[in-house]
Amino acid sequence: MSARAIFTRPARLAAIAPYLWMALFFFVPFLFVLKISLSQTAIAKPPYTPVFDVAEGWEAIKAAFAALSLDNFTLLVSDDLYVLSYLRSLMVAAVSTSILLVIGYPIAYGMARLPQRWRAIAMMLVIVPFWTSFLIRIYAWINILQHDGLLNQILLALHVVSTPAVWLSTDGAMYLGIVYSYLPFMILPLYATLSKLDPALLEAAADLGASPRQAFWRVTFPLSLPGIGAGALLCFIPIVGEFVIPDLLAGSDALMIGQTLWLEFFTNKDWPVASATAVVLLLLLLAPLLLYDRLQRWQLEQA
Amino acid sequence: MSEDTAKPARGADSKPESGATFGQPLLRIDAVVKQFGKFRAVDALSLDIHAGEFFALLGPSGCGKTTLLRMLAGFETPDEGRILLDGKDIAQVPPHQRPVNMMFQSYALFPHLNVRDNIAFGLKRAQMRSAEIDARVSEMIALVKLDGLEKRKPDQLSGGQRQRVALARSLARRPQLLLLDEPLAALDKKLRESTQLELMELQRRLGLTFIIVTHDQAEAMTMAGRIGVMDAGRLEQVATPRELYEAPRSRWIAEFVGDINLIEGKLDTSEEPRPTMARRLAIVTAQAGTIHVAEPPQPLTKTNLCVAIRPEKVKLSRRAPVSDDTRAINRLEGVVTDVGYLGGITSYKIKLDNGAVLRSSMANTARLDFDAYTLSQRVVAWFSPEDCVVLEQ
Repeated sequence: MSARAIFTRPARLAAIAPYLWMALFFFVPFLFVLKISLSQTAIAKPPYTPVFDVAEGWEAIKAAFAALSLDNFTLLVSDDLYVLSYLRSLMVAAVSTSILLVIGYPIAYGMARLPQRWRAIAMMLVIVPFWTSFLIRIYAWINILQHDGLLNQILLALHVVSTPAVWLSTDGAMYLGIVYSYLPFMILPLYATLSKLDPALLEAAADLGASPRQAFWRVTFPLSLPGIGAGALLCFIPIVGEFVIPDLLAGSDALMIGQTLWLEFFTNKDWPVASATAVVLLLLLLAPLLLYDRLQRWQLEQA
Repeated sequence: MSEDTAKPARGADSKPESGATFGQPLLRIDAVVKQFGKFRAVDALSLDIHAGEFFALLGPSGCGKTTLLRMLAGFETPDEGRILLDGKDIAQVPPHQRPVNMMFQSYALFPHLNVRDNIAFGLKRAQMRSAEIDARVSEMIALVKLDGLEKRKPDQLSGGQRQRVALARSLARRPQLLLLDEPLAALDKKLRESTQLELMELQRRLGLTFIIVTHDQAEAMTMAGRIGVMDAGRLEQVATPRELYEAPRSRWIAEFVGDINLIEGKLDTSEEPRPTMARRLAIVTAQAGTIHVAEPPQPLTKTNLCVAIRPEKVKLSRRAPVSDDTRAINRLEGVVTDVGYLGGITSYKIKLDNGAVLRSSMANTARLDFDAYTLSQRVVAWFSPEDCVVLEQ
C-alpha cells in the first residue's frame, strides 16, 4: 500500500476542515479589521472611509486602496493613553499569571497525589464553577466586596475593622476576580502533567539520596515545565485582553487595553482606531501564542 | 520455619556453591511483617544475607518478594520486625538516607536528564566534588560500556542501553547493598542471557552484595549463589540453586522449581531392612508399584509420602537393564505416549502399565537418532533410589 493510499479522500477532507474553519472565521474577519484599521473615521454608515464597492468599478477600488493609511497606528504610538493601556494589560497579565501559578501549582500537585477515586471528585470541584455563568460569578464578587457587602459585614462583626473598608474598585479586587476566574485554566494543564509523572521517578530520586525537597526541585519541577508553560499561556493570553473583570472590579483611573478598545468602539464610535488597537494587541499576543504552539509540538514529540 | 531458613540450609549437597559465608551478616531481616489492610504481604520473614553474596528472591507474582525489596530500599516501612544493615536497624530510615541503592524494573530513568546526568544524580546529592563526580561517571560509563552515549536522553536509547544506564546509576554511589527489581524482565531472551553473565561478572569484580527479585527461575538459578523461594509472604526454602533443584524441602518447591514427576504413595513398613538395601525405603504407590528410595537425611514423620524424581533422571531402555545393577532397582514398564524433540534434549511421556505418566528427558548426545524412542514403543523406565526425593504430603 502506498503512503498516499493510507489517507482516504474523506480523511484528507477532514484534515482540511480546521484550516477551512480558521480561514472563514479567523483570517477573513481579521482582514476586515485590518482594512478598517487602515481607514479614516467618518460620520456615515459604516462609520469609516474608504468603502470598497465592487459595483463602482476598478478605478474606484484603486482609489480606495490609495486612501488607506497608517495614521491610526501612528496615533497609537504617539498617545500615552494607548501605550499605558498596553503596558498595564501586560503587567496585570504577568502579575496575575504569577499569582495563579503560585496558587495553582500546589493545588494541582495535591490533586495528582490523591488516591484515584478522590481525583475525580477534586476535578469536579475545580470545574464546578463553570456551571454558573461567568458574569454572575463576577457580580457575586461585587456583592461580596461592596461597601455593605458580605466581606465588610464579617470583618465588622469580628471587630477586625471599625469602619467598612474599601475593597471594590481597587486593583486588589481586580486581581482577586482574575485569579478566581482563571484558576481552573492554570490547574488543569498542570494537573494533566503532574498526574502523568511516574511515581517511580520520585522513588528513584529518593533512592539516590535526594531529600523530598531536592526530589521536587530536581525531578518533579523540571518535568512539569510543559504544564507550567501551557497553564501560564492559557491564562496570560486571555488576561491581556480581559475586559469584563477590570471593568466591573477595578477602579477607573487606569485602563486595560480591552477597556480602551471598548471605549473607542462604543463611546467614541471610532472604529478605525479601535481596529488598529485590536491589530496591535493581536501582534503583541502572537509571540506567546507561537511559543505555546512550539511547546505543544515539543510535548507531542515527547509523548 | 522462617527461623531455620535464616541460615544457609545444608542438605544433600553439603558444599555451598558460593556466597554462603558465616559470621556477622551484612543484612539481617528479623521477623519482618508488612500488612496491607488485612493482607499479609510479608509474614514474619527472617533472612540473613552476607557481604559479597548474589542472592535471589524467587517466587510467583504476589508472593511478597517485591514488597520485601521495597522495605529494604525504604519505600515501605515494616509493621513489625527489624532490618539490620551492618548491625544498625534501618527499618525506619527514609530511603534517601540509606546506603542502599535500587535498580528499578521500569529503570525509572529521569527523562529530562541525559545519560551522564542520570548517572551523576546520586553523586551530586552526596555532595561530591565535581572533579570526583566526573571521574566516577566516566568510570561507570566505561563499566557498563556506554561510551559515546553520555549526551543522549533516555528516550534516545535502546532498551538494553537504558538497562545499562539504570545499572550504572544505581552502582555509582557504591552502595553496600544493591537491590535489583526484575532488572532483566524488559529485555529480549538473547540480551537477557548475555546481561545475566555480565551482571554476575560485575558483582564478582566489584565485590558487591546483590539482592535480585525475579519470577524467572532460570535467571535466579544462573545468577544467584543462594535463592530464597517465597510464597504467600514466607520463605519456603533458602538454598543454593543445586540444593533447591535436587533437594526441595516441600512438594510446593519441587513443583515450583523445574519439571518433576510426583508419585504419591505410602511407606511400606512391612519390609524388613535387608543388609544390601541399607538406608533405603520402600514406598508403595498405586500407579507405579513399589519404588525404592534413599532414606532422607531427616526422619519422616508421616506415612503419606510423595516420590519426586526429575525427568532427566528417569532413563529409558528397550529391555530391562541387567538385574543386579543397583542403580536400576526401580524399573517400570510402559508405553511411550508423547515425544517432544527440543534440540538438545528429547522429552518423552511414558504411560506406565500401572497407570502413572512419567516424564523422561534424554540428552541427544549423538547426531543420528538411532537411540530415539518412538510413539507406542514399549520401554522400561528406570532410575536409582538416590535420584528420588521423598517428600511428606
